[in-house]
Amino acid sequence: MEPEGYARLSPQRLDATFAALADPTRRAILARLALGQASVNELAKPFAMTQPAISKHLKVLERAGLISRGRDKQRRPRRLVPQPLAEATGWLETYRQIWEQNFDRLDTLLDQLKAEQKRRIRKKGNPR
Amino acid sequence: MSSTARLQLTTPSDREIVMTRVFDAPRHLVFECFRRPELLKRWLLGPPGWEMPVCEVAQNVGDNYRFVWRKADGEQMSIRGVCKEFDPPSRTVSTELMDGRPGQALVTTVFSEQAGKTTLTLTVLYESKEIRDAMLKTGMERGVNASYDRLATLLASGEVQAGSPASA
Repeated sequence: MEPEGYARLSPQRLDATFAALADPTRRAILARLALGQASVNELAKPFAMTQPAISKHLKVLERAGLISRGRDKQRRPRRLVPQPLAEATGWLETYRQIWEQNFDRLDTLLDQLKAEQKRRIRKKGNPR
Repeated sequence: MSSTARLQLTTPSDREIVMTRVFDAPRHLVFECFRRPELLKRWLLGPPGWEMPVCEVAQNVGDNYRFVWRKADGEQMSIRGVCKEFDPPSRTVSTELMDGRPGQALVTTVFSEQAGKTTLTLTVLYESKEIRDAMLKTGMERGVNASYDRLATLLASGEVQAGSPASA
Protein backbone atom coordinates (compact mmCIF):
# COMPACT_ATOMS: atom_id res chain seq x y z
CA MET A 1 0.00 0.00 0.00
CA GLU A 2 1.18 3.45 -0.83
CA PRO A 3 0.66 6.18 1.73
CA GLU A 4 -2.37 8.35 1.00
CA GLY A 5 -2.69 12.09 0.66
CA TYR A 6 -0.17 14.85 0.22
CA ALA A 7 2.70 12.68 1.38
CA ARG A 8 2.58 11.10 -2.07
CA LEU A 9 2.39 14.37 -3.89
CA SER A 10 5.39 14.84 -6.14
CA PRO A 11 6.18 16.63 -9.37
CA GLN A 12 6.69 13.25 -11.05
CA ARG A 13 3.22 12.19 -9.99
CA LEU A 14 1.68 15.37 -11.33
CA ASP A 15 3.53 14.86 -14.61
CA ALA A 16 2.13 11.37 -14.87
CA THR A 17 -1.35 12.62 -14.04
CA PHE A 18 -1.29 15.37 -16.65
CA ALA A 19 0.28 13.13 -19.28
CA ALA A 20 -2.42 10.55 -18.66
CA LEU A 21 -5.11 13.22 -18.96
CA ALA A 22 -3.71 14.53 -22.24
CA ASP A 23 -5.75 12.07 -24.28
CA PRO A 24 -9.48 12.13 -25.06
CA THR A 25 -9.93 8.35 -24.84
CA ARG A 26 -8.32 8.22 -21.42
CA ARG A 27 -10.46 11.11 -20.20
CA ALA A 28 -13.55 9.35 -21.47
CA ILE A 29 -12.48 6.17 -19.65
CA LEU A 30 -12.05 8.15 -16.43
CA ALA A 31 -15.43 9.82 -16.89
CA ARG A 32 -16.97 6.35 -17.30
CA LEU A 33 -15.18 5.03 -14.21
CA ALA A 34 -16.35 8.04 -12.21
CA LEU A 35 -19.80 6.44 -12.50
CA GLY A 36 -18.59 3.11 -11.10
CA GLN A 37 -16.14 0.26 -11.78
CA ALA A 38 -16.14 -1.51 -15.14
CA SER A 39 -14.41 -4.42 -16.88
CA VAL A 40 -12.08 -3.96 -19.83
CA ASN A 41 -14.81 -5.27 -22.13
CA GLU A 42 -17.34 -2.79 -20.79
CA LEU A 43 -14.85 0.01 -21.15
CA ALA A 44 -13.95 -0.96 -24.73
CA LYS A 45 -17.58 -1.01 -25.90
CA PRO A 46 -18.24 2.71 -26.48
CA PHE A 47 -14.94 3.14 -28.38
CA ALA A 48 -14.20 2.00 -31.89
CA MET A 49 -11.05 0.34 -30.58
CA THR A 50 -9.62 -3.09 -30.12
CA GLN A 51 -9.24 -4.49 -26.65
CA PRO A 52 -5.42 -4.31 -26.78
CA ALA A 53 -5.66 -0.61 -27.69
CA ILE A 54 -7.92 0.03 -24.71
CA SER A 55 -5.62 -2.04 -22.50
CA LYS A 56 -2.74 0.21 -23.52
CA HIS A 57 -4.68 3.28 -22.33
CA LEU A 58 -5.60 1.48 -19.12
CA LYS A 59 -1.93 0.73 -18.50
CA VAL A 60 -1.06 4.45 -18.79
CA LEU A 61 -3.86 5.31 -16.37
CA GLU A 62 -2.75 2.59 -13.99
CA ARG A 63 0.88 3.72 -14.04
CA ALA A 64 -0.28 7.27 -13.26
CA GLY A 65 -2.14 5.85 -10.26
CA LEU A 66 -5.45 7.08 -11.65
CA ILE A 67 -7.13 3.68 -11.74
CA SER A 68 -6.75 0.38 -9.93
CA ARG A 69 -7.92 -3.21 -10.45
CA GLY A 70 -10.68 -4.82 -8.46
CA ARG A 71 -10.38 -8.19 -6.72
CA ASP A 72 -12.71 -10.15 -9.01
CA LYS A 73 -10.22 -12.47 -10.80
CA GLN A 74 -12.55 -13.08 -13.78
CA ARG A 75 -13.50 -9.53 -14.66
CA ARG A 76 -10.60 -7.58 -13.17
CA PRO A 77 -12.80 -4.50 -13.08
CA ARG A 78 -11.00 -1.17 -13.19
CA ARG A 79 -11.97 1.60 -10.82
CA LEU A 80 -11.10 5.23 -10.37
CA VAL A 81 -8.54 6.33 -7.79
CA PRO A 82 -9.70 9.87 -7.10
CA GLN A 83 -6.75 11.28 -5.12
CA PRO A 84 -4.27 12.20 -7.90
CA LEU A 85 -7.01 13.70 -10.01
CA ALA A 86 -8.29 15.71 -7.10
CA GLU A 87 -4.78 17.10 -6.70
CA ALA A 88 -4.44 17.99 -10.36
CA THR A 89 -7.92 19.44 -10.79
CA GLY A 90 -7.68 21.12 -7.39
CA TRP A 91 -4.93 23.24 -8.82
CA LEU A 92 -6.80 23.91 -12.05
CA GLU A 93 -9.85 24.83 -10.00
CA THR A 94 -7.86 27.36 -7.98
CA TYR A 95 -6.52 28.87 -11.16
CA ARG A 96 -9.96 28.91 -12.74
CA GLN A 97 -11.56 30.55 -9.72
CA ILE A 98 -8.98 33.31 -9.63
CA TRP A 99 -9.46 34.09 -13.32
CA GLU A 100 -13.23 33.83 -13.12
CA GLN A 101 -13.19 36.51 -10.46
CA ASN A 102 -10.90 38.66 -12.58
CA PHE A 103 -13.02 38.27 -15.69
CA ASP A 104 -16.29 38.92 -13.85
CA ARG A 105 -14.83 42.21 -12.64
CA LEU A 106 -13.68 42.94 -16.19
CA ASP A 107 -17.26 42.37 -17.42
CA THR A 108 -18.48 45.00 -14.97
CA LEU A 109 -15.73 47.41 -15.98
CA LEU A 110 -16.49 46.95 -19.69
CA ASP A 111 -20.18 47.66 -19.06
CA GLN A 112 -19.19 50.88 -17.32
CA LEU A 113 -16.84 51.88 -20.13
CA LYS A 114 -19.50 51.17 -22.76
CA ALA A 115 -22.04 53.28 -20.86
CA GLU A 116 -19.51 56.11 -20.54
CA GLN A 117 -18.79 55.98 -24.25
CA LYS A 118 -22.49 56.18 -25.09
CA ARG A 119 -22.93 59.20 -22.83
CA ARG A 120 -19.98 60.95 -24.47
CA ILE A 121 -21.35 60.27 -27.95
CA ARG A 122 -24.75 61.61 -26.99
CA LYS A 123 -23.22 64.80 -25.55
CA LYS A 124 -21.15 65.49 -28.63
CA GLY A 125 -23.83 64.42 -31.07
CA ASN A 126 -21.00 62.68 -32.85
CA PRO A 127 -21.52 59.20 -34.30
CA ARG A 128 -18.04 58.21 -33.25
CA MET B 1 -25.12 31.70 -18.78
CA SER B 2 -22.87 31.36 -15.76
CA SER B 3 -19.33 32.62 -15.84
CA THR B 4 -18.13 29.05 -15.32
CA ALA B 5 -19.52 28.12 -18.71
CA ARG B 6 -17.95 31.14 -20.34
CA LEU B 7 -14.41 30.54 -19.16
CA GLN B 8 -12.76 27.66 -21.00
CA LEU B 9 -9.62 26.38 -19.36
CA THR B 10 -7.54 23.76 -21.12
CA THR B 11 -4.12 22.15 -20.70
CA PRO B 12 -3.10 21.32 -24.28
CA SER B 13 0.40 20.19 -23.24
CA ASP B 14 2.32 19.60 -20.04
CA ARG B 15 3.81 23.10 -20.27
CA GLU B 16 0.74 25.11 -21.21
CA ILE B 17 -2.46 26.53 -19.83
CA VAL B 18 -4.96 28.11 -22.22
CA MET B 19 -7.93 30.23 -21.20
CA THR B 20 -10.66 31.42 -23.52
CA ARG B 21 -13.36 33.87 -22.52
CA VAL B 22 -15.88 35.96 -24.47
CA PHE B 23 -16.61 39.57 -23.48
CA ASP B 24 -19.60 41.56 -24.59
CA ALA B 25 -17.53 44.51 -25.79
CA PRO B 26 -15.48 45.48 -28.85
CA ARG B 27 -11.86 44.42 -28.68
CA HIS B 28 -10.35 47.91 -28.58
CA LEU B 29 -12.17 48.36 -25.28
CA VAL B 30 -11.04 44.99 -23.91
CA PHE B 31 -7.50 45.73 -25.03
CA GLU B 32 -7.60 49.08 -23.18
CA CYS B 33 -8.53 47.21 -20.01
CA PHE B 34 -5.33 45.16 -20.38
CA ARG B 35 -3.13 48.15 -21.15
CA ARG B 36 -4.12 51.08 -18.95
CA PRO B 37 -2.99 50.87 -15.30
CA GLU B 38 -6.03 52.71 -13.91
CA LEU B 39 -8.26 50.10 -15.60
CA LEU B 40 -6.09 47.06 -14.80
CA LYS B 41 -6.20 48.01 -11.10
CA ARG B 42 -9.97 47.65 -11.20
CA TRP B 43 -10.13 44.05 -12.35
CA LEU B 44 -6.80 42.16 -12.31
CA LEU B 45 -6.99 41.52 -8.57
CA GLY B 46 -7.36 37.78 -8.05
CA PRO B 47 -9.15 36.55 -4.93
CA PRO B 48 -11.08 39.01 -2.71
CA GLY B 49 -8.97 41.18 -0.39
CA TRP B 50 -6.14 41.95 -2.79
CA GLU B 51 -5.20 45.35 -4.17
CA MET B 52 -2.74 46.30 -6.86
CA PRO B 53 -0.61 49.20 -5.56
CA VAL B 54 1.98 48.90 -8.35
CA CYS B 55 0.95 48.59 -11.97
CA GLU B 56 3.64 49.52 -14.47
CA VAL B 57 2.66 48.48 -17.98
CA ALA B 58 4.60 47.97 -21.18
CA GLN B 59 3.60 50.14 -24.13
CA ASN B 60 6.09 48.85 -26.64
CA VAL B 61 8.26 45.88 -27.52
CA GLY B 62 11.22 45.74 -25.14
CA ASP B 63 9.44 47.56 -22.30
CA ASN B 64 9.41 46.07 -18.82
CA TYR B 65 6.22 45.70 -16.88
CA ARG B 66 5.63 45.08 -13.18
CA PHE B 67 2.54 44.26 -11.14
CA VAL B 68 2.49 44.12 -7.36
CA TRP B 69 -0.51 42.86 -5.37
CA ARG B 70 -0.94 43.36 -1.64
CA LYS B 71 -3.39 42.20 0.99
CA ALA B 72 -4.39 44.17 4.09
CA ASP B 73 -2.35 41.77 6.28
CA GLY B 74 0.79 42.67 4.32
CA GLU B 75 1.03 39.55 2.20
CA GLN B 76 2.49 40.45 -1.18
CA MET B 77 2.80 38.90 -4.60
CA SER B 78 4.43 40.33 -7.68
CA ILE B 79 5.20 39.52 -11.27
CA ARG B 80 7.41 41.19 -13.82
CA GLY B 81 8.40 40.65 -17.40
CA VAL B 82 9.32 42.05 -20.77
CA CYS B 83 7.03 42.82 -23.68
CA LYS B 84 8.00 40.74 -26.73
CA GLU B 85 5.19 41.59 -29.16
CA PHE B 86 2.80 44.52 -29.01
CA ASP B 87 0.14 44.68 -31.69
CA PRO B 88 -2.89 46.64 -30.43
CA PRO B 89 -5.71 45.82 -30.30
CA SER B 90 -5.20 42.22 -31.37
CA ARG B 91 -2.17 40.61 -29.75
CA THR B 92 0.52 40.87 -27.09
CA VAL B 93 3.28 38.49 -26.06
CA SER B 94 5.29 38.96 -22.89
CA THR B 95 7.46 37.04 -20.50
CA GLU B 96 6.22 36.54 -16.94
CA LEU B 97 8.35 35.95 -13.89
CA MET B 98 6.75 35.52 -10.50
CA ASP B 99 9.00 36.99 -7.81
CA GLY B 100 10.32 34.33 -5.47
CA ARG B 101 9.62 31.55 -7.96
CA PRO B 102 12.08 29.99 -10.36
CA GLY B 103 11.80 30.18 -14.14
CA GLN B 104 9.48 32.09 -16.35
CA ALA B 105 6.48 31.77 -18.60
CA LEU B 106 5.61 33.23 -21.98
CA VAL B 107 2.14 34.75 -22.02
CA THR B 108 0.36 35.27 -25.34
CA THR B 109 -2.86 37.27 -25.28
CA VAL B 110 -5.03 37.34 -28.40
CA PHE B 111 -8.11 39.54 -28.79
CA SER B 112 -10.43 38.70 -31.66
CA GLU B 113 -13.70 40.47 -32.38
CA GLN B 114 -16.88 39.14 -33.93
CA ALA B 115 -20.22 40.96 -34.05
CA GLY B 116 -19.13 43.37 -31.34
CA LYS B 117 -18.01 40.64 -28.95
CA THR B 118 -14.41 39.89 -28.09
CA THR B 119 -12.92 36.46 -27.64
CA LEU B 120 -9.89 36.57 -25.41
CA THR B 121 -7.39 33.72 -25.66
CA LEU B 122 -4.68 33.71 -23.04
CA THR B 123 -1.91 31.13 -23.39
CA VAL B 124 0.63 30.61 -20.62
CA LEU B 125 3.63 28.58 -21.77
CA TYR B 126 5.95 27.57 -18.94
CA GLU B 127 9.66 27.20 -19.58
CA SER B 128 9.71 23.67 -18.30
CA LYS B 129 7.65 21.00 -16.65
CA GLU B 130 9.45 21.83 -13.39
CA ILE B 131 8.21 25.42 -13.47
CA ARG B 132 4.69 24.30 -14.16
CA ASP B 133 4.95 21.88 -11.26
CA ALA B 134 6.09 24.68 -8.99
CA MET B 135 2.98 26.56 -10.09
CA LEU B 136 0.91 23.49 -9.40
CA LYS B 137 2.20 23.42 -5.87
CA THR B 138 1.51 27.12 -5.36
CA GLY B 139 -2.09 26.53 -6.33
CA MET B 140 -2.45 23.61 -4.00
CA GLU B 141 -0.86 25.38 -1.08
CA ARG B 142 -3.69 27.86 -1.42
CA GLY B 143 -5.80 24.86 -0.64
CA VAL B 144 -8.69 24.32 -2.95
CA ASN B 145 -9.43 20.64 -3.16
CA ALA B 146 -11.90 19.43 -5.73
CA SER B 147 -14.11 16.70 -4.40
CA TYR B 148 -14.64 13.42 -6.16
CA ASP B 149 -18.09 14.47 -7.36
CA ARG B 150 -16.89 17.81 -8.65
CA LEU B 151 -14.11 16.01 -10.46
CA ALA B 152 -16.50 13.63 -12.18
CA THR B 153 -18.61 16.56 -13.35
CA LEU B 154 -15.55 18.35 -14.59
CA LEU B 155 -14.30 15.38 -16.57
CA ALA B 156 -17.71 14.60 -17.99
CA SER B 157 -18.26 18.21 -19.04
CA GLY B 158 -15.02 18.19 -21.02
CA GLU B 159 -14.12 21.60 -19.62
CA VAL B 160 -10.70 20.45 -18.57
CA GLN B 161 -9.31 18.86 -21.64
CA ALA B 162 -6.18 18.54 -23.66
CA GLY B 163 -7.59 19.15 -27.12
CA SER B 164 -6.21 22.33 -28.61
CA PRO B 165 -8.66 25.20 -28.20
CA ALA B 166 -10.00 27.14 -31.14
CA SER B 167 -7.27 29.65 -31.87
CA ALA B 168 -8.29 33.20 -32.51
